[in-house]
Amino acid sequence: MKRRKFDLAATPGKAAVGVDDRFAVATPLRKLLNKVFPDHWSFLLGEIALFSFVVLLLTGVFLTFFFEPAMTEVVYDGSYAPLQGTPMSAAYASSLDISFDVRGGLVMRQMHHWAALLFMAAIVVHMLRVFFTGAFRKPRETNWIIGSLLFWVGFLAGFTGYSLPDDGLSGTGLRIASAIMLSIPVIGSWVTSSVFGGEFPGTIIISRFFIAHVLLIPGLLVALISVHLGLVFKQKHTQWPGPGRTNNNVVGERMFPRYALKQGGFFMVVFGVIALMGGLFQINPIWLFGPYEAWVVSAASQPDWYVMFLDGSTRLMPAWEIPIPIGDGYVIPPLFWPTVVLPGILVGLSTMYPFLEARHLKDRKSHNLLERPRDAPARTAVGAMAVSFYIVLTLSGANDVIADKFQISLNAMTWAGRIGLLVVPPLAYYVTYRLCLGLQQHDREVLAHGVETGIIRRMPDGRFVEVHQPLSASNGHADGHGQLDYVGWVVPKKMNRLGALGPAIRGFFYPIEKPVEAPVSPGHPPVEARPEREEIGSGESRR
Amino acid sequence: MTSDNDRRRGLLARLRERPAARSRGRRRLGAAVRLIAALMLAGGAYTVFAPGAQAQDNPQLTGAAAEGKALFDVSCVTCHGRNAQGVEGRGPSLIGVGAASVEFQVSSGRMPLARQEAQAHRKPPVFNDEQTRQLAQYIQELGGGPVVPEGDDLREDGNIAAGGELFRINCSQCHAFGGGGGALSSGKFAPSLHPATDRQIYAAMLSGPQNMPVFGDNQLRPEQKADIIAYIQETLKHDQDPGGFNLGRYGPSTEGLAIFLVGIVALVFASLWIAGKS
Repeated sequence: MKRRKFDLAATPGKAAVGVDDRFAVATPLRKLLNKVFPDHWSFLLGEIALFSFVVLLLTGVFLTFFFEPAMTEVVYDGSYAPLQGTPMSAAYASSLDISFDVRGGLVMRQMHHWAALLFMAAIVVHMLRVFFTGAFRKPRETNWIIGSLLFWVGFLAGFTGYSLPDDGLSGTGLRIASAIMLSIPVIGSWVTSSVFGGEFPGTIIISRFFIAHVLLIPGLLVALISVHLGLVFKQKHTQWPGPGRTNNNVVGERMFPRYALKQGGFFMVVFGVIALMGGLFQINPIWLFGPYEAWVVSAASQPDWYVMFLDGSTRLMPAWEIPIPIGDGYVIPPLFWPTVVLPGILVGLSTMYPFLEARHLKDRKSHNLLERPRDAPARTAVGAMAVSFYIVLTLSGANDVIADKFQISLNAMTWAGRIGLLVVPPLAYYVTYRLCLGLQQHDREVLAHGVETGIIRRMPDGRFVEVHQPLSASNGHADGHGQLDYVGWVVPKKMNRLGALGPAIRGFFYPIEKPVEAPVSPGHPPVEARPEREEIGSGESRR
Repeated sequence: MTSDNDRRRGLLARLRERPAARSRGRRRLGAAVRLIAALMLAGGAYTVFAPGAQAQDNPQLTGAAAEGKALFDVSCVTCHGRNAQGVEGRGPSLIGVGAASVEFQVSSGRMPLARQEAQAHRKPPVFNDEQTRQLAQYIQELGGGPVVPEGDDLREDGNIAAGGELFRINCSQCHAFGGGGGALSSGKFAPSLHPATDRQIYAAMLSGPQNMPVFGDNQLRPEQKADIIAYIQETLKHDQDPGGFNLGRYGPSTEGLAIFLVGIVALVFASLWIAGKS
């Protein structure tokens, strides 16, 4: 009997045909795999958030295998000696077990926490990119809103996770959260007793936060992220202006293979950075905070960085109580304004910004090309204002640590924060606005006059002039200037960008790339390598 | 209001009868005389029994205390005044602060003070152990007060777990969970516990230096103090930080800094690198 020859090379093709025969996926897949993504480093910032979310899911699943979300009191008898014999909640005991007795548990816990910080940080950095480049404009307002919601849902995910270990730090955070809920007029006490199942801390809050943290909030996050990515697919990615790039096309790399390979590689890099941080940097040493007890509050009890701005606003808020003489008398505590009203305003302003800007500019067009921050000075300045506002609040949230370690009076820090919160944002607006205008002006100047060469020429009559390298051939202007329009993209400002000094050498340690051989069209003479150059000197040799 | 009827009654009845009211002036005079007599008696008794002014200037000091007084009169008298009575606006009286307070302040270099400010900073001590003991002896003999027990190891038989709980309840509000210290109001602060010796921690608890409250033996029994010292010295200082570099144990503030300075910076460079390869 004749053996059939097994053709290895044809196997994938055959298998693919088999799959396509059954599921008819070739056409949609081809469309998907051929989808083009524009390439710019700043478009990869959102992926950091996406990939750290994947790491969060993976490490989080590991942690749920060992975590016991209960507030039943147990006596610790694990391997961390300084807490042995201490009564504590089962949640805290199991967190300690994860840290000390589960193999690889501590590194997983630390990776989970670092990934959470990175998730929020990447969301913010990505959001700044989208804001400052104008990527949120029509038609992408919905995706901007979803992105902003992702920040707030991530905020909730972070806070519930911070509360789960039930150590001294998380209990302090929960106490503050309960105080914030209590400060809401009229419904405050109802909200608090519904959430905590009675008085703080009660016995149910850890199990409630657990189910929110591992099921409800991640579910919401997955849903929002899916819609977010789906909209990026549907509406296509924005791109920078440049040669061949218009408002109606997308220039870049196909999804497969290059873009997919790059993204796969980038996922590995993000995972690696998180794993390195989880292994090298200790985060939230719960064993030092001890079990939560209502009378234990450590100095330097801060929330994680993305909540710190609320801590800061609380610290800066003057103690203004508003008594309302209705019935038995009612008081709106000062805590209400910085922790309920302020975040409310921030959510509203940030989600509605695309519509506010379009309304202000009477701009109803669709924008698929990005704007450089300098080309929209007002928006950039508003962004700088928002960022400086947030930074002042965040620094104020850590003002006791800053005061102590830099030996500044805490009272001075508080007042610096209060004054800074009012003074720094307008200042940031003004400075940023002027910087944008200055950069714009310089771009126009280079387009009109050319690049500075650093060559000073002495004229026969004794004058000195600087030689400029025009960017385009003269078109009849008396002064030899060409006329170039600004197209919204980088204007070369250095001679090597024009090829005058050759390309910069690439590679970390040694040159890895030879200058690209330019494709030679038949009509042109072959390109010769540039001649060796010598430094221009006085002609005298030092040797 | 005497009448003939009165005379007819017996002697006893006459004695029981209220004497005839004296005039108001005489009554007042009598009271004043009695008051002056009582005052003179009390004053006289005080003059007899109270130590003379001479005795205050030359208390009977032991040898070490006399050495201490010599040191005091050179280095401390500017602010704490003669006989450690204090100088208004410069330094407090040291009468009654005890040897524990002197030992803490001098051995940690906080005294002599570098300058008048919110709070004294730790610095290399000016006096050696012998001189510190002499100063402490002098202050102790001047006014008494709390004394640190003998020996350098004051954490013997200390229960670390119990000490940890006491530390978190009593100390971590100011010195923070890791013992790294924390800010108080107006430039005051709780210092880091890491350079402190057993004796200094014990002395601080006994004497309540700077802005620290006093934890006398009624608040924390000596064996509880030993537990706390054991926790600080053996857990907080010698804990190997199982999770890696501890970022200074400043809590979430430095963790937030690290995620931007390390995580975001590394990944932005990675994205520059990846996007550059097109």
